[in-house]
Amino acid sequence: MKLSEAAIDAVMGYAIVFLGIALLVIVVVLMGKLMAAKKPAVVSPVAGTAPVPPIPEKEPEKAPGAAGELKLYDTPERDAAMIMAIVADELHTPINELRFISIREVNKK
Amino acid sequence: MDNILETLKKLWLESGFMGFFASGGWKSLIMIAVALVLLYLGIKKKFEPLLLVGIAFGCLLTNLPGAGLYHMGMWDAYVHECPYDPVNDYALYNQAEERVYTQDEYYYYVAARACGRTGAQIEEHLETLHSEGGDISADFQTLVTSPEYDNSVAMSIDGSLVVELSFTDIAHLGGLLDILYIGVKAGIYPCLIFIGVGAMTDFGPLIANPKSFFLGAAAQFGVFFAFFGAVLLGFSGNEAASIGIIGGADGPTAIMTCMLLAPALLGPIAIAAYSYMALIPMIQPPIMRLLTTEKERSVKMEQLREVSKTEKIVFPILVAGFVILLLPSTAPLIGCLMFGNLLRETGVTERLSDVAQNALMNIVTLFLGISVGATTVAARFLTLNTIKIVVLGLIAFCFSTVGGLLVGKLMYKLSGGKINPLIGAAGVSAVPMAARVAQVEGQKANPSNFLLMHAMGPNVAGVIGSAIAAGFLIKVFGA
Repeated sequence: MKLSEAAIDAVMGYAIVFLGIALLVIVVVLMGKLMAAKKPAVVSPVAGTAPVPPIPEKEPEKAPGAAGELKLYDTPERDAAMIMAIVADELHTPINELRFISIREVNKK
Repeated sequence: MDNILETLKKLWLESGFMGFFASGGWKSLIMIAVALVLLYLGIKKKFEPLLLVGIAFGCLLTNLPGAGLYHMGMWDAYVHECPYDPVNDYALYNQAEERVYTQDEYYYYVAARACGRTGAQIEEHLETLHSEGGDISADFQTLVTSPEYDNSVAMSIDGSLVVELSFTDIAHLGGLLDILYIGVKAGIYPCLIFIGVGAMTDFGPLIANPKSFFLGAAAQFGVFFAFFGAVLLGFSGNEAASIGIIGGADGPTAIMTCMLLAPALLGPIAIAAYSYMALIPMIQPPIMRLLTTEKERSVKMEQLREVSKTEKIVFPILVAGFVILLLPSTAPLIGCLMFGNLLRETGVTERLSDVAQNALMNIVTLFLGISVGATTVAARFLTLNTIKIVVLGLIAFCFSTVGGLLVGKLMYKLSGGKINPLIGAAGVSAVPMAARVAQVEGQKANPSNFLLMHAMGPNVAGVIGSAIAAGFLIKVFGA
């Protein structure tokens, strides 16, 4: 194989990868926008009917041992304790110097 | 007494130990030493042990003289499209120690096949010759000079005839590792592994931040750089493409590409690919520090948006359809990757997802490792080309990292300093090792920096990027 041919193939191959990926990005972005548009919008109250008072979200239980500040959303206390310990260890900072506001499981299926 | 001595002598002469004293036997000893080094790296140093231990043990078994588990010559004679019906045929293998027919009968058989005779017809003629007598050499000459004679069936290489074998022939005549190797040759193992990889991969970070895709594309730079380097060093286009794909840092993709384009190089390429993947924590950090500033490395990225379950289900269907339509040669890899991911995300195929992630992945890894290791036959492995492949593989890895980092730096500039360029290095695939390296390096610059989830985006994009790169190379250099 000639070097000039190899150089052309290499440049073209890299360009094709970028092109394929760029098209894929467009498709994925469009999919994201489509999904966002399909999310149910907040229903406005129908004229003439009394507005339904919003149901207050249940205040999550406050975890013990966090000076009453830490709020747990769908997270067991045991997991929360482990998460706080791991974060403190990773940051090389004593846990009593950190302030945890809330812990929420974001990837719940 | 003489009988006992004769028996002992025969045992000794037929033992594998004698093989070390035969011509080229010293090469087997070297390969056994290589296998032991690989075992040490896999077991003690934990270099991708799940695959490297299998590859190393396959290397050991295949280089034990007389074991007969893998036959390189048999695979040299393998053809995709067998010109005759292999099921009803007599398969032949003319290695000196495993010849089924006499040499004359063998030559006659090949010539008769090349003239379109069936196995049964040839057998009948040979029996007639055997019982009634006749000149088999004259019959052979008649066949090879006849207009029916087809050179594509019987090729003349260095004056000796070579039989083309099918999978059925190999399954009939081969050793255990020959039979397991059929899974590599047919491209089954890499695809099954990709189902498992897909089932284990969360594409959420990539869907949340589609810009990460570009980093996965950028990190294929090493693939094409090493491809060019390999051509410069005298490799053919097919071989260079197989060597370059090491830079994709994706084992199954490298094996699949190599198997299709340059099967003779499979052993060294697989070993180089998996060894360098294990060495990513050593290869990447110096390049990361060289190409980025402390300020860039300490950038904290914004939290990713939450991705809905529907998006995660639609993503594999969309990507499989789109990428395969764009580059049909990526179908086996992308199709299996996205199928595995769909099993994970549907929420109704948990059992299948579990099998793909664990049982299937483990079984296929076991077969893949040992059968790829079996291809490291001394005569094929101990060449200058192996050293070149090892060097080019390292270059491919380094330049893939460079490509990812440079585009990461570009995105850092364009985003006004919101993107940490370190996540570009994770675009080399090697999931999740490369993402972990980005996390560690980011945290060294800023202890409160958590880049792992951000780096997972380019990391899984790298899998798709390397599959596209492989698809391009297969398309250009494939038959």
